[in-house]
Amino acid sequence: MTIEFRKKPGIVAYLTAGDPDLATTRDIALAAIDNGADVIELGVAFSDPLADGPVIQRASERAVARGTRLTDVLELAKELRAARPAAGLVLFSYLNPVVRMGMKTFCARAAVAGADGVLLTDMIVEEAGEYLESMREHKLAPVFLAAPTSPDARLKAIAGVSQGFVYAISRVGITGTQQKVAGDASELVGRLRQFTTLPIAVGFGISNAEHVKAVGEFADAAVIGSALVALIETTSPAEAASAVGRFIAGLQA
Amino acid sequence: MNAMTSLPTAVAGRFGAYGGRYVPETLMAALEELEHAYGGAKVDPAFQAELDDLLHNYCGRPTPLYFAKRLTEQCGGAKIYLKREDLLHTGAHKINNALGQGLLARRMGKQRIIAETGAGQHGVATATVCALFGLECVIYMGEEDMRRQELNVYRMRLLGAEVRGVSGGSATLKDAINEAMRDWVTNVRTTYYVLGSALGAHPYPTMVRDFHRVISREAKAQMLEREGRLPTAIIACVGGGSNAIGAFYEFLPDENVQLIGVEAGGRGTALGEHAARFQKVGGGLPGVLQGTYSYVLQDDAGQVSSTHSVSAGLDYASVGPEHAMLHDSGRASYVSCSDDAALRATVTLSRTEGILPALESAHAVAEAIRLAPTMTKSAVLMVNLSGRGDKDMGILARELDLKGA
Ligand SMILES: Cc1ncc(COP(=O)(O)O)c(C=O)c1O
Repeated sequence: MTIEFRKKPGIVAYLTAGDPDLATTRDIALAAIDNGADVIELGVAFSDPLADGPVIQRASERAVARGTRLTDVLELAKELRAARPAAGLVLFSYLNPVVRMGMKTFCARAAVAGADGVLLTDMIVEEAGEYLESMREHKLAPVFLAAPTSPDARLKAIAGVSQGFVYAISRVGITGTQQKVAGDASELVGRLRQFTTLPIAVGFGISNAEHVKAVGEFADAAVIGSALVALIETTSPAEAASAVGRFIAGLQA
Repeated sequence: MNAMTSLPTAVAGRFGAYGGRYVPETLMAALEELEHAYGGAKVDPAFQAELDDLLHNYCGRPTPLYFAKRLTEQCGGAKIYLKREDLLHTGAHKINNALGQGLLARRMGKQRIIAETGAGQHGVATATVCALFGLECVIYMGEEDMRRQELNVYRMRLLGAEVRGVSGGSATLKDAINEAMRDWVTNVRTTYYVLGSALGAHPYPTMVRDFHRVISREAKAQMLEREGRLPTAIIACVGGGSNAIGAFYEFLPDENVQLIGVEAGGRGTALGEHAARFQKVGGGLPGVLQGTYSYVLQDDAGQVSSTHSVSAGLDYASVGPEHAMLHDSGRASYVSCSDDAALRATVTLSRTEGILPALESAHAVAEAIRLAPTMTKSAVLMVNLSGRGDKDMGILARELDLKGA
């Protein structure tokens, strides 16, 4: 149970937990792992996902409406860990549900659930003192976002406190699909490389095999988010796991 | 109190435990640029001189401190003064901040301006400033608020702004801020975000407060001149908290001046029925919403609750972090006022003084009407009348039976 990319580029699959329901999310995650996803990012739905585009906004709204809670997502993480001991598992959340649970309690429970790491969308390095302390105590990997707008000094700080991998945002903007991988991405990864030997995963808008291949030219892994969430939205719950499995397999073709 | 009392204080922009910066990394460079630019503008006499000139000649500052004689007589207790922010250009205090940030955006060379608005007053103020400076202007507004503040939507469009409706969530102020932040994240390299209240990530709460400080600076001098003393209490409505912090700020060291913030009590005390973040039971808890750590109305899983108020400008699930600090320290106290009491106060002020308050401001007026009779005639209350009520005529016509009255 460590974060490891066994091939290049590795695949990180983002799922909004509880969309369409928790049992289906579990099946989808297992299918993703079995078809080549190295890391699952389990998204905790939040009422106000201000860094997300329409696809993940809608998924969050559905999951919140079904009453999906952070505690449910921790339970789901535990099930996934039991079923797939070698898969990478990262909890992905906005800060407020974590604050509500209490940072220390959250980290303790995430560790017990068998998560490898945590990514908090609206947590920047300057504010991360207590977070990093609790993460260290529980041997969890803090994954931070790096943006094309981040100057080198910020990238250095981000690389310095990240573990597992660094998440490079492919372009300026919110989550959502795009036509091609932006030129911003390789420039950002190049700048990040000066400061870290950690794997670098590129995400935001990566939605097909061509994008994954392009990312493989300059980074260690590709994060697939909105494309998966959109596929789940348009597939019946009974078919969702196999559809996602095929999709993930197809990305590495 | 819950959770993160031990939050680190590595960044500036803390108010006790509250405030800080909780944003997607993409915005950090822009916030640092803004902080730097504002720091420069703040100490630049030329910037201040231009702002002062526009506040005076364009907006109509200083605003009067008006003694409400008939209202005072009717209440039969403390003297009631009104700080007339409603008389400012565009009809509310919001122009103080929109003008300041507009000048800053121009100084930073930004050509595209975005803003959110609840009641529409901040949107109108921002659209006005963009017209004045020839800047492109996009305003995000919840569709529910567009319905209930329709006149302000027309005003913004007339001024040349594009108004984008937001249908997500409860389609009110919080959702408009989410959408404005998404726009900013996407267009951060070219766009300046004029945040409309003392909310959000550092430096906004400090900067917005600084642009509204002029309210208490003027009021203090005016009160000393008129009464030869400071007021017993200052009363202001609290949505995000900009007019209130502006009205309180210069009085913070004057410990014998009571500071009273009035939140929207809506139609009940249960979560979802009000926007009273500081309410003891069924109120908010510390949390992070839209960039800052403050009191947030939320359920026990940390999902932000829906809110209700008859006034769009107070209908928001969180509150500026400086108010959270003033609440915890006890320097200011926060009460709430129901929809009904605010509507009654609107009628009362209209008929005793010939002044139609904005529904937001009417919450503060209602508290003064409640409080004044409990005080002696030597006591002095100052209400910050943050805006005028023309925008609310549609709601008032619906809510009040004006035909036979
Ligand atoms: C007239 C008026 N007063 C008060 C408010 C509430 O905002 P704040 O608490 O920032 O003053 C608004 C917001 O729209 C308003 O239009």
